[in-house]
Amino acid sequence: MTTLLAVEALDARHGLLQAVRQVSFEVAEAETLALVGANGAGKTTLLRTIAGAHRPAGGRVLFDGNDITRLPAHRRVRLGIALVPEGRRLFPNLTVEENLRVASGAGGRPGPWTVDAVLEAFPLLAPLRRKRAASLSGGEQQATAIGRALMTNPRLLLLDEVSLGLAPVVVEGVYRSLSSLLEGGATVLLVEQDLARALKTADRVACMLEGRIVLEGTPGELTREQVTEAYFGLRRTEATA
Amino acid sequence: MTWVSAIVHGILLGGVYALLASGLALMFGVMRIINLAHGSLALVGAYMAFLLTEHLHITTYLALAPVLPGALVAGYFLQRTMLERSLRAGQLVPLLTTFGLLIVIANLLQYFFSPDVHSLDEGRIGTAAWNVSSSLSIPWFDVLTFGVAVFVLGGLELVLRHTQLGRELRATAEDADTAELVGINARAVYARAAAIAVATAALAGVFYGMRSSFDPNAGADQLLYAFEAVVIGGIGSLWGTLWGGVVLGVAQLVGAQINPEYFALSGHVVFLVVLVARTGVQARGLTLTLRRAT
Repeated sequence: MTTLLAVEALDARHGLLQAVRQVSFEVAEAETLALVGANGAGKTTLLRTIAGAHRPAGGRVLFDGNDITRLPAHRRVRLGIALVPEGRRLFPNLTVEENLRVASGAGGRPGPWTVDAVLEAFPLLAPLRRKRAASLSGGEQQATAIGRALMTNPRLLLLDEVSLGLAPVVVEGVYRSLSSLLEGGATVLLVEQDLARALKTADRVACMLEGRIVLEGTPGELTREQVTEAYFGLRRTEATA
Repeated sequence: MTWVSAIVHGILLGGVYALLASGLALMFGVMRIINLAHGSLALVGAYMAFLLTEHLHITTYLALAPVLPGALVAGYFLQRTMLERSLRAGQLVPLLTTFGLLIVIANLLQYFFSPDVHSLDEGRIGTAAWNVSSSLSIPWFDVLTFGVAVFVLGGLELVLRHTQLGRELRATAEDADTAELVGINARAVYARAAAIAVATAALAGVFYGMRSSFDPNAGADQLLYAFEAVVIGGIGSLWGTLWGGVVLGVAQLVGAQINPEYFALSGHVVFLVVLVARTGVQARGLTLTLRRAT
C-alpha cells in the first residue's frame, strides 16, 4: 500500500501551550485511521494542522510525497485534503445547496461528488436543499458538513468528532452513511471520542495523550485495557508500532 | 416647491446616496471594514473622468469606460497592499488606515487639481425634464441616477445570490477560516470585493460630479450621507441601503421645504432617531431577557 499522508515530527502550539508534540505517523491509501484520546490531547489541533488551518511550529506534513507544510488551506483542498471541522462550522446564512456548491466551485477537484450524489448519499438532506443551514438540526448539519467536504472530491477526508453533540440514533445514521464511503476505498483520518465506535470503524487506531501518540495498532492487536490506559494515561505505555 | 415635489425629489436624491453607499455596505458586509476613504475614492473617479473629458474631448458617459476598469484594478491593489495588512492588525486599524487615505487623497487632489470647484458635463439629458404639473418637474438626469443605483444594487444582489463569486463572498463574510477549508482563497475574495466596491464608488463619484460641482474636500461630506444611508437601511442589507438613501433624501428635502437651512440637519435628525430607536429596541430586548432570567 502506498502512503498518502505522512506526518513527521510535527509540533503545534497555541501560544505557550504546546498542543502537538513530535507527532509522526502515516496513513496509507484507502486506509481508515482513528485518532482517539481525551479532551485536550491535541487531536483537533493535529487535524487542523494537517488541513492547513493551523500553522505548525515544527516538523513536516507530506501529502502524496510532496511537502505541503507551508501551503495555505485552500491550496491543500485543491490537492485533495478536506476537513469536516469540529462543531460543523457551516455557513449559517447559506442554504444547504449553497453550502455544497460553494465548496465544489471554489477549487475542488473534478470527481464523482456532485450535489445530486451528496443528496443521494444523505437522503435526509434532499428535502432541505433550499433551507438555511442555521435552521437545520444537529444531525442534518453534520450530514451537510460531511457533504460539503465531499464536494471537493478529496483523496483524504479528515473527520473531526462527527458525533459530538448528536443524539446516539443520529450518530448511528451518520456512521451508516459514512460506512458505504469507507468501504468504497476512501482514505480517512477520523477523530472520535467514542472508543468502541473507533475500534469498530477504523483499520488502525492511534491514541493521543498530552500531544503525543502513545499507542498505535490495529483494533485486532490492541486490547480494550491497553487503549483505556493510554487514553487516560493511567500508566505510560510505550508506543507500539 | 410643493410638498409632493419635495418628496419626489427626495426619493430621487436618495438614489445618489444609495449609489455611493452600495460599495460602503459591500465592504463592511464582507470584510467588516468601514472604509472612511470611500467618498474620497468616489471623488478620484470624478476627477479621472474630468481629466479624460478635458483632454480627449469625450463625453462623461464614455469616460466611464476606462474609469470603471481602472477603479476595479485600484480597489484590488488597495486591498492587497494596504487594507489586508491593516486587517491583520485588528478591526480598528483599517479605520485609521482609511482615515489616513482620506486625508492623503484630499491633499493630492488639491495639489494636482487646485482647490477650485470642478464639474462634469451631463450631456443633453441634463436640461431635459418631465413637467408633470406646474409645480412638479422631474429632471431626467435624476431619474437616470436613480435607475443606475437600482441597477447597481440589484446587480450586486443577483451576483451575491446566484453566482459562485457571490457564494464565495457570503461564505467568506460569515466565516473566513472555514471558507479556506472548503477551498476558498479568502484573500483573493476580499480583494475582489474591494475591487467591486471601489468601482461602484467611482461610478457614484462620476454621477455626483455631473449632478453638482465638487472640490477636493467633497469626499468627506458625501461619505457622511452614504454612511447614514447604510445605517438607516440596516447594516449589511443591499436593498436596505436603497431604502436608507431614500429615507435620508426625503428627510433632507422635506426639511429644506420647511426652512432651507434644515436640509442637512433634518437628515441627521432622522438618522439619529433611527439609531436611537434601533438601540432602544435592543436595550428593551436585553431588559426583557434579564427580567426573565431573574
